[in-house]
Amino acid sequence: MKLEAKIPSGPLADKWASYKDHAALVSPANKRKHTIIIVGTGLAGGGAAAALGELGYKVKAFCYQDSARRAHSVGAQGGINAAKNYQNDGDTVFRLFYDTIKGGDFRSREANTYRLAEISNEIIDQCVAQGVPFGREYSGYLANRTFGGAQVSRTFYARGQTGQQLLLGAYNSLNAQVNAGNVDVFERTEMLDLIVIDGVARGIVVRDMVSGEISSHFGDAVLLCTGGYSNVFYLSTSAKGCNGSAIWRAYKKGAAFANPSFTQIHPTCIPHAGDYQSKLTLMSESLRNDGRVWVPKKTGDNRPAIEIPEDERDYYLERIYPSFGNMVPRDVASRNAKNVCDEGRGVGPTGRAVYLDFASAIERLGVDVIRDRYGNLFEMYEMIIDEDPYENPMMIYPAPHYTMGGLWVDYDLMSNIPGLFVLGEANFSDHGANRLGASALMQGLADGFFVIPNTLGPYIAKGKHPDVDPSCAEVKEAEKGAKDLIEKLLKVNGTKTVTHFHRELGITMIDKCGMARSEEGLNEAIEKIRKLKKEFWSDVKVLGVGESLNQELEKAGRVADYFDLAELMCLDALRRKESCGGHFREEYKTEEGEARRDDENFCHVTVWEHMGEDQAPQAHKEELEFEYVELTQRSYK
Amino acid sequence: MKLTLEIWRQKDANDKGHFETYELDNVSTHMSFLEMLDVLNEDLIEKGEEPVAFDHDCREAICGTCGFVINGVAHGHMKRNTVCQLHMRNFKDGDHLVLEPWRAKAFPMVRDLIVDRSAFERIQRAGGYISARTGSAPDANSILIPKDQAEAAMDFAECIGCGACVASCPNGAAMLFVGARIAHLAFLPQGQPERAERAKAMVAAMEQEGFGACTNYTSCEATCPKGISIVGIAKMNKDYFNAKLFSGGNLGGKD
Repeated sequence: MKLEAKIPSGPLADKWASYKDHAALVSPANKRKHTIIIVGTGLAGGGAAAALGELGYKVKAFCYQDSARRAHSVGAQGGINAAKNYQNDGDTVFRLFYDTIKGGDFRSREANTYRLAEISNEIIDQCVAQGVPFGREYSGYLANRTFGGAQVSRTFYARGQTGQQLLLGAYNSLNAQVNAGNVDVFERTEMLDLIVIDGVARGIVVRDMVSGEISSHFGDAVLLCTGGYSNVFYLSTSAKGCNGSAIWRAYKKGAAFANPSFTQIHPTCIPHAGDYQSKLTLMSESLRNDGRVWVPKKTGDNRPAIEIPEDERDYYLERIYPSFGNMVPRDVASRNAKNVCDEGRGVGPTGRAVYLDFASAIERLGVDVIRDRYGNLFEMYEMIIDEDPYENPMMIYPAPHYTMGGLWVDYDLMSNIPGLFVLGEANFSDHGANRLGASALMQGLADGFFVIPNTLGPYIAKGKHPDVDPSCAEVKEAEKGAKDLIEKLLKVNGTKTVTHFHRELGITMIDKCGMARSEEGLNEAIEKIRKLKKEFWSDVKVLGVGESLNQELEKAGRVADYFDLAELMCLDALRRKESCGGHFREEYKTEEGEARRDDENFCHVTVWEHMGEDQAPQAHKEELEFEYVELTQRSYK
Repeated sequence: MKLTLEIWRQKDANDKGHFETYELDNVSTHMSFLEMLDVLNEDLIEKGEEPVAFDHDCREAICGTCGFVINGVAHGHMKRNTVCQLHMRNFKDGDHLVLEPWRAKAFPMVRDLIVDRSAFERIQRAGGYISARTGSAPDANSILIPKDQAEAAMDFAECIGCGACVASCPNGAAMLFVGARIAHLAFLPQGQPERAERAKAMVAAMEQEGFGACTNYTSCEATCPKGISIVGIAKMNKDYFNAKLFSGGNLGGKD
């Protein structure tokens, strides 16, 4: 497998500018002759559809939701980073780049991460122009807050609904292009397969989720912007419909999958309550600006939080990490929460929770300031837990949230299949082994609005792109494969629901491939996953028909892919004999219990190639070279 | 606790549809309403009956996908809530609950509790945006916006587009939804150049979709999960009439 990252030469700070200086262009008259297929309409997909429509390409955008505005970027709460340095607190593009690459535990590409930091400023300008109502000072200037892993205030926000507002901005721009006739949006339409002809991505097979009709769409490039695969854990902060099937089916068609085991468990979520639970709710990381994390010093201390005196509380993040305190990055905060709960000092009915306490912030700033900053989050907490967080500390626990791993892409965001581009969370590129808060929105918008409009051109300009014959063998085979899978799922007619299997898979994954992993546990997990997959295919019960709206059938197709994806995650975690970022192997830790990286042997991206059904996938390497950043033991002490 | 559910079942737009009654035991008070339906569906599937179809996605009250009518009230009786964040502790043992889809002429039936809200898409596409070409924006802080004005815009921008306002309105009007979008952009200096055209285009699209007129019942505001104010409707009417009277004129930002 050829893996060329195609990083432009020259100094780090000039790479992107020099790329644009020399990129081949497509003339305005020719752009409209090219159809671009975009799957997913979140910040990356919606942004790309809008920006490419503006350029004059003919865009077809697809989403499983009933409106592009509901893509799960909408769920992001806290904010978006940019190196504007509006606070005059020493922020620069280099510092944002450095924080992001260090936050990712030095497992991402320098050039990609630098470009992301560079573009961050343009994003904020663009969003304001679109009408995103960011938080402001009384002077009318934009306001900022601090997020984990940074010592500057560079996060822009719109109350606790930043993702919603940014997505509406992108959605509005998308709508303008629909109105202009440049973009067609296909809602309630799910991608079932990628069409590859002569080694080049030329289209997709989709299912109309209302009529059940299977059809194919063709184009000169396919952009997958379908988000992450956290739902492999069953319970996560993702929307219920979020799934990994688009990228997984592209993987089976030859697209390489990079670092599948790099997943993020977000530290501040509402704890798990019962078996019926369908998802975990995030509480924005911004809460750690004013909330202090603690557990009782004694194990098994069952007193209500407010009855535990100050000197019997362990503010463990402040104790262990005095310089970053409660603002350590997510992987560090999550792992420490797990550790104190493992020690028996967890709180709440299940003992798997820690306190996030606002008492001292309320005393210092007054309840009105806290309400102004986090009112909607406090409301949501009270609605779910039935406890007033102004009076009692919140209870929180880590939950699967984001997947840094994804399809491998080069600097142009193109996968190893020519013509297949992958944007946003669906690719692997910018966050290494751990993503810092407020940088997912940044990446989605960067990829969609600013990177792809520049990197798609050269691909279109240089290739021939003959018309696709809809009756060619590749199209017929892909359509047949999609139909066969549906039939196979409906035919099993066993005794257990899809959710039963998904829940079981999730329990195994969070336990063995979650916040802490070991060789023994991972091997156990692989065995269990294989067994579960077998059971699924002999005992799942999917009612109804393929030719109508059938939500169980949709779920079944996604869960069928999760078994294989879960196994690949475990294989990847096994292979990486080091701890880095969110990937923590019990066998590889420092004396203080922190992640111990092995730069000598694992300073690379693991890139997996599908070798066929029931064949072991093959691992390849993309070595990471650091010219501008010194690899150090990541310390937040 | 025990519950009796009377749920609207309808195979597709051509089917006549009917209510079906289900008895549920052991409903935990910590469950969300949708989790309660998940449990019902698991039981139905195991019994070989087709599960109840309902729209949902984020389950955090932000995506706007979910929603149906519970005992005559869109999203149920709790204020400022969506069904995904409505918890069973707000109901009593033995409650009898009637579940129906959004019913409005402009929202055709899809299946069970799911309706087709694509009319909202067409209204937004008609002009519910600022045409800001990517790459042409000035520095973000070159546009100063007083905090209260930004907050007012945000109050309307919070609309999640769920359609509860339409379902609650005896006239099936979409004015709270359309007014929210118009008000959001009208409060911002960036929204001024296209303000008149936006109001005209969105109102025209709304009327074309067959939504009813506003006769000030205000049930939309009462059931809106995000508490969007009917001031948005006034704002929409004002912009619309100004635009119609002074055709094509710039409305400026003087209110």
